[in-house]
Amino acid sequence: MADATSDYRVAEPILRIKNLHLETITGRPIVDGVDVVLERGKVLGLIGESGAGKSTIGLAAMSYARAGVHIAGGVVEIDGKDIRSLDAAGRRDVRGRRIAYVAQSAASAFNPAHSILDQCCEMPVVHGLMNRSQAEKWAVELFKALDLPNPDTFGRRYPHQASGGQLQRAMAAMAMSCRPDILVLDEPTTALDVTTQIEVLILLKRLIREFGTAALYITHDLAVVAQVADRIKVLRHGKEIEEGETADIIHNATNEYTRNLVAVRGAAASERADPSTVQAGTVLAIDDCDAGYGLLKVVNAVSLDVRVGETVAVVGESGSGKSTLARVITGLLPPSRGRVLFKDTTLAASLADRTKEQKRIIQLVYQMPDVALNPRQTLRQVIGRPVEFYFGTGQAETEAKVHELLKLVELPADFIDRRTPQLSGGQKQRVCIARALAAKPDLIILDEPTSALDPLVAEEILKLLKRLQRELNLSYVLITHDLDVVHRIAHRTAVMLKGEFVAFSDTNSIFEGPYHPYTEKLVRAVPEMRTDWLEEAMVRRTAQRLSAA
Amino acid sequence: MMLFGHKPPITAWIGIFIVGFFVFIALFGPWFAPYSESASVGGTWDAPSASMLLGADQIGRDMLTRLIYGARMTIGIALVTTVLSFAIGITLGFLAAVLGGWADTIISRVVDIVLSIPLLIFALIILGVFGSSLTTLVLTIAILDSTRVFRLARALGMNLTEMEYVEAARLRGEGIWWIMRREILPNAAAPLFSEFGLRFCFNFLFVAALSFLGLGIQPPYADWGGMVRENAAAINFGLLAPIWPALAISLLTVGVNLIVDWLLSIDARPSGAQAEM
Repeated sequence: MADATSDYRVAEPILRIKNLHLETITGRPIVDGVDVVLERGKVLGLIGESGAGKSTIGLAAMSYARAGVHIAGGVVEIDGKDIRSLDAAGRRDVRGRRIAYVAQSAASAFNPAHSILDQCCEMPVVHGLMNRSQAEKWAVELFKALDLPNPDTFGRRYPHQASGGQLQRAMAAMAMSCRPDILVLDEPTTALDVTTQIEVLILLKRLIREFGTAALYITHDLAVVAQVADRIKVLRHGKEIEEGETADIIHNATNEYTRNLVAVRGAAASERADPSTVQAGTVLAIDDCDAGYGLLKVVNAVSLDVRVGETVAVVGESGSGKSTLARVITGLLPPSRGRVLFKDTTLAASLADRTKEQKRIIQLVYQMPDVALNPRQTLRQVIGRPVEFYFGTGQAETEAKVHELLKLVELPADFIDRRTPQLSGGQKQRVCIARALAAKPDLIILDEPTSALDPLVAEEILKLLKRLQRELNLSYVLITHDLDVVHRIAHRTAVMLKGEFVAFSDTNSIFEGPYHPYTEKLVRAVPEMRTDWLEEAMVRRTAQRLSAA
Repeated sequence: MMLFGHKPPITAWIGIFIVGFFVFIALFGPWFAPYSESASVGGTWDAPSASMLLGADQIGRDMLTRLIYGARMTIGIALVTTVLSFAIGITLGFLAAVLGGWADTIISRVVDIVLSIPLLIFALIILGVFGSSLTTLVLTIAILDSTRVFRLARALGMNLTEMEYVEAARLRGEGIWWIMRREILPNAAAPLFSEFGLRFCFNFLFVAALSFLGLGIQPPYADWGGMVRENAAAINFGLLAPIWPALAISLLTVGVNLIVDWLLSIDARPSGAQAEM
């Protein structure tokens, strides 16, 4: 390019996607006429529920489509050059060098057979930008910039030797290895704990700023994207809902769908568990339990009690032992010490020794409704079986009961003969709840009941759970890492760290302080719905480091 | 036209036609076979003629008649053995997967021992000791073959028992049978069904091989493998006699495999290689 055009090119966006269409091989549209304009050094957030086509757009920006999907039409220009018209070799040259991709799950995106350094050096060498030793030096510099431990030697580790948060950062280093102009960040923090998420967010933001890289930031979490994006584009069903400056979208969105998305995150601030549902009498008590796998002790001296009509939340990071606690309550994992009591009777430690009645009174709702329901069964079978199994009802009676339960969880009556794969995520979770209710339990263990769901759907499920508690006098044990959910439905909350409860009391007092230091860390790590939250967190961190030094 | 909610490609239709044709012959063959199964109606290896369309075999029986009766015997035995072998293999495989621990170890090791002995040799020993009746033949092949089915069923069962819906059934207090039948079997059905087609072919060839060695189906009953053996000497004289049963064997094998290929492809998802690069 001659100098004459250089002035003009400054104003030219680095990435321009025009009228993008993608469809499946069967012709179903996935992305339907979306335009994206990304300016140099800016961050554009793509936000929407699952199935909105945001990841597909991210990949299409590299002129790539997953198996079963193909780009049906549209223009993808990087720096004014149409990359869809390039041949395979030309596109390969652009990928990695001009535009790089950071996948959602770094754990599965790294090749376990090569060291991290090898994988981070591969791209610049392949593209002929650097020789191996230059590439290594640059990788170490990136490790340093991303605050990875022992940056000089970190690269020698294999992916299984790094934690999830470290891998996600290493993945960002890999993407930056060719100094691309554009980064596509596909839910880079979704698979991480809140406390790790904030670390990664801070570093990603610093990285983008320091190197002046433009980025497409794909996420379903509006509060997260508000921290890093300059502009936000809201997508739904493959179509654009609206786009605007981040602050505008959050404070004065014009579209109703966007306003709902914003409102969901705001609800936690006001809504609280309804104290009137709690009655006298203890449903479940865990008395000083230890549990673990082999020699590894995962739950340590935990005591917990749940009253009638009460929701007790157990919060903690992954690996804190909260799911193991659920396994102890259900009898899937007998505790090595201590007892589990239901009302006043001690429950047998192992599931096999519990009576049918004891199995009936405690039911479980799983995190992933997709794998919690047998894909070959109809709702009649899924919901009807516990009714028939526990109460020995005849066919007509069972069917009547199933209809009653469908109504209770607000599903249409004609769903009864549908198979579970024909339902959406939220509908599946309703079926899981109906299956639990079919046993007429006293206690339901909710294992991350909303974390696999889109925010608006999760909202509906929470409302349903609260209503059911009010109507049926149910008690819940809620296992989650999502403090928003805890705020809204838990009467009491236990904070779990490394297998022990570091705090257990009234939800309000847990979150209003005085905090246990770990609780504080958890609370502070939840992104807030404003654009300057991350900046504040960064300042706070620097201050802490300085005072520590 | 749709089958099981899918549109079969032309190759699958060819397979369906071939298998359908043979099954029809096996079921209704005796009604239109020109002669009786054991009647000697011509001379040794008579050439094809108007009265004997495919010629005669080594003792002058009509080749076409023998083939038609042979279809009944060969396909029938292969089908019975395969069904039996799947019943044994799936039950044991799912049991091992659901029970785990000691039960799994014991069943798996016993199966490993059986698998370590070459199939044909093992079958020859058993049939040599007990003599070759239809019952021993079917039982021997079914039990030996079930070890292969066991491996697949156990692997499928292992994956499925980890699913949360199986855990939900266990938490409810369902028995092992219920879990195996209602939670695991329906989800393992597709791969097992394709495997059924393949194993049917193997068993069918196995029966033919045993008959060829003289330990399979005994005279005067006709079966294709035995017919190849009995007529093998005709090759020395450049005669067509052994070709007909051999052709029937290969045709049915190809037919079944065409159907299985289609069934397997239904199950397969678009893979990475089909991505738009």
